[in-house]
Amino acid sequence: MRRRFGTRLRAVGAVLAAAALAACGTAGPGAGGGAQEPVVIWALQDDALNKIEQDSINRFGADRAKLETFGNDPYKQKLRVALGSPQAPDVFFNWGGGNLKEYVDAGKVADLTGLLEANPQLKSAFLPSVLDGAKIGGKHYGIPMRGMQPVVLFYNKKVFAEAGAQPPKTWDDLLGLVDTFKAKGVTPIALAGSQAWTELMWAEYVLDRIAGSEVFQNIRDNGPQGWKDPKVVEAMTVLKGLIDKGAFGDNFASVGYDIGGASTLLAQGRAAMHLMGSWEYTNQLSQSPDFVKAGDLGWVAFPSIAGGKGQAGTVVGNATNYYSLTEGSPQLEAAKEFVSTQLTTPEYVKALIDAGDVPAVAGIEEQLKSAPNAEYTTWVYELAKNAPVFQLSWDQDLPADQAEFMLTQLQEFFLGNLTPQAFADSLANRA
Amino acid sequence: MTTVRPSPAYALPAFAFFGIFAALPMVLVVYLSLTAWDGLGTPAFLGLENWSRLLTDAAARESLGRTAVFIVLTWAVQTPVALLMGAWSAGRQRNRAILSALFFIPLLLSTAAIALLWQVLLDPNFGLPQSVTALQSIGFLGDPEIALYTVVFVVSWQYIPFHALLYQGAARNIPVVLYDAALIDGASRWGRFWFVTLPQLRYTVVTSSILMMVGSLTTFDTVLILTNGGPGTATRIAPLYMYDTGFAGFQMGYASTIAVLLLVLGTALSLITMKVTRFRSMQSQQEGQ
Repeated sequence: MRRRFGTRLRAVGAVLAAAALAACGTAGPGAGGGAQEPVVIWALQDDALNKIEQDSINRFGADRAKLETFGNDPYKQKLRVALGSPQAPDVFFNWGGGNLKEYVDAGKVADLTGLLEANPQLKSAFLPSVLDGAKIGGKHYGIPMRGMQPVVLFYNKKVFAEAGAQPPKTWDDLLGLVDTFKAKGVTPIALAGSQAWTELMWAEYVLDRIAGSEVFQNIRDNGPQGWKDPKVVEAMTVLKGLIDKGAFGDNFASVGYDIGGASTLLAQGRAAMHLMGSWEYTNQLSQSPDFVKAGDLGWVAFPSIAGGKGQAGTVVGNATNYYSLTEGSPQLEAAKEFVSTQLTTPEYVKALIDAGDVPAVAGIEEQLKSAPNAEYTTWVYELAKNAPVFQLSWDQDLPADQAEFMLTQLQEFFLGNLTPQAFADSLANRA
Repeated sequence: MTTVRPSPAYALPAFAFFGIFAALPMVLVVYLSLTAWDGLGTPAFLGLENWSRLLTDAAARESLGRTAVFIVLTWAVQTPVALLMGAWSAGRQRNRAILSALFFIPLLLSTAAIALLWQVLLDPNFGLPQSVTALQSIGFLGDPEIALYTVVFVVSWQYIPFHALLYQGAARNIPVVLYDAALIDGASRWGRFWFVTLPQLRYTVVTSSILMMVGSLTTFDTVLILTNGGPGTATRIAPLYMYDTGFAGFQMGYASTIAVLLLVLGTALSLITMKVTRFRSMQSQQEGQ
C-alpha cells in the first residue's frame, strides 16, 4: 500500500512537472527568436482607427508586425503589468506627459532622440508643440500617431438662435448666457459629471485662463505643494461661481459621457453648450448625424477671463497619442523602422483625415480643406497649431495616484462638498 | 475489517489547484501588503507602514463604514423578501410555478447587464424619471444621500431570486406531516408559516445570510458600473476603494493591504455568524430522526 502510494505520487508529480515545463516552454517566446518575430504593437480598441493602424502595418509588412488592441481602462492596467514583465509589447500606444514619464523613469521606454536627429524630415513632419508632448527631460520618447484632441466649447446653434444669443467670448458672456438659458428652461451647459474627467476640463481651462500655464506645470514638476498657489483658490472660486449659478443644471452628477448622456442633451437642444474634447464632433456625427448635418453644431475656443494672466489661445486636452518603444525589446530596430517610416506616409495621414481626425502633421491645411468636415477640422488644426501652450489633461500629466485622488476631490468640489480652499488644501497636504 | 480507501494522491489535483489559485495568491497579497509597488519594477519592502497608513486613512474608514451600512441594508432587505418569496413559491400550484419563473429572471442576467440596465432606467434625462413625474426630483444616482440606497436596491433586486431559490428548495423539504399536525391543532395559515416553516428554515437562513454578507462585503462589479463610487465618494465601498487604489492609482502595495483587511473581515464575519447561530450544533428538528 505504502509503496503504491509512493509510485502514484511520483507519477502525478511527473505529470505536474511536465505540465509546468510545457507552460514555461510556451511562456517565453521571442527571447531567442531572432529577426523573424513580428513587432508587437499595442493600441486602443477603436473601430475607425484600428483599420488605419492595420493598413499601416500591411504597408510595413503584414508578417513583420502584429497589432493587438484593448479597451481604454483595461489597457492602462495591462500595459502597466506588461511593461513590468518580460512580456512587454515592442511598440505601445500612450498619451505622453506624466503618464509616459512614469515608464521613462522606470527605464522601460527607448530614447528616440537619436532617431529624430538622424531623420530631420521625420522630426519636421510633426507640429513641434505636439511632438514635445512626449519629450521628457529634454529627450524624445514618442512619435505622434493620430489626431490632435484639444478641448473645445461646443454649442447648439439652433438653441442659441432661438434665444437670440451669441457664443461666449469672455467669462462674463458665459455667465450672462447662463441666465439667458435658465430663463428659457434650457440647461445652460451639459456636463457628464458622473465621470470626473469631464469636470476636470473646466478646472484646467479656468486655472489656465486665470493664472497661465506655470501654476499647473509647477505642480507637475515640483509636487503637490504647488496646489498651495493662491491662484488655485482664485480659479476654483471663479469656477464655483459658475457651478452655484446653476450653469450645469441640477442633475449633472448622474449624467454620463460614455452612455451618451451629455452629448444627447446638446443634440436634442435640452442643453445649450458642452465643453468636450475635439472627438465630440465625430461622436455627434455618428450618434446624432441629423444634428450635425443640419449645421446646428457650433464650436468656439474656451472664453477668456478678464484680468487673467493666461495667454489667449492656450488649449488643454490631449495633444495626441504617441507610439513609444520598449527599452530592451529584441525588435527595437524593426520597431524604430516602423515608427519612422509608417506614421507620416500620405496614405496614413489621408486615412486619419478621412476618419475625422486632425493629424499633428505639419503643412496639411490644403489636404484638410478638401476632405469631409473641412470647416471643423481646419479650425481644430489652426487652434492647435497656433496654441502657445498645449497643456496635456492633468489626469494624464500627473502620476497615477495623484491623478486619481485629484479626480475624486474634484467631484466632491463640484457637488459642493469641498470649498475652493478645502480643495486646494486637500491636494497640497495629501500624505 | 479494513476498508480500502482511495489513495490520498487522488486529492493532489484539487490541492494543487487550491494551492496555486487560492492559497498562493493570498500569501502573495499578504507579502505585497508589506511593500510599496507601482506595478513596475520590484516591490520595495516597507514593513507595517501600509498598515499604519490604513489606520489613519479617513477615506478607508469611510469606505468601510459604507460597506458596513451596505451589508446591513442588503441583508435586511433581501432576507424577508427572499424568505417569503421562497416559502410562497414552494407551493405546487401552477400559478406559483409560472410567476416564480418570472420572478427568477434576474438570476439569468449577468451583473454587468443588470448594472447597465438600471443605470439607463434611472438616468434623470433619458430614463424612467422622464415619464414618471413623481421620480423627477429624486437623484437616484446623482444625489450623494440617495445613491447608496439605489445600489442596495439594485444588488437586492439581483440576488433576491437566488436566495428565494435556496428557501424554495429548503421549504419543499419540510415534511408535510408537520403541516398536517399543525392543521389538526387548528393553526392558521400565518401560524403554520410562523411555527412550522420558519423554524424549519433556520439553517437555510444562516446559510443564506452568510452568503449575503460575504457577498456584500466583496460586491464590486455592480457599483463599478452603476456609479463608479460616485457621486463623489458616496458609494465608494471598500472593494471599490481597493480597486481605485490599485488599478487607478497603481499603489499595489496599499491596495493589497486593503485586500488583506477584507479577507480577514470576510472570514471573521462568516465565523461569527456560525458561532452566534450555533451552526455547528446543527440537529434535526424532527423527532425520531
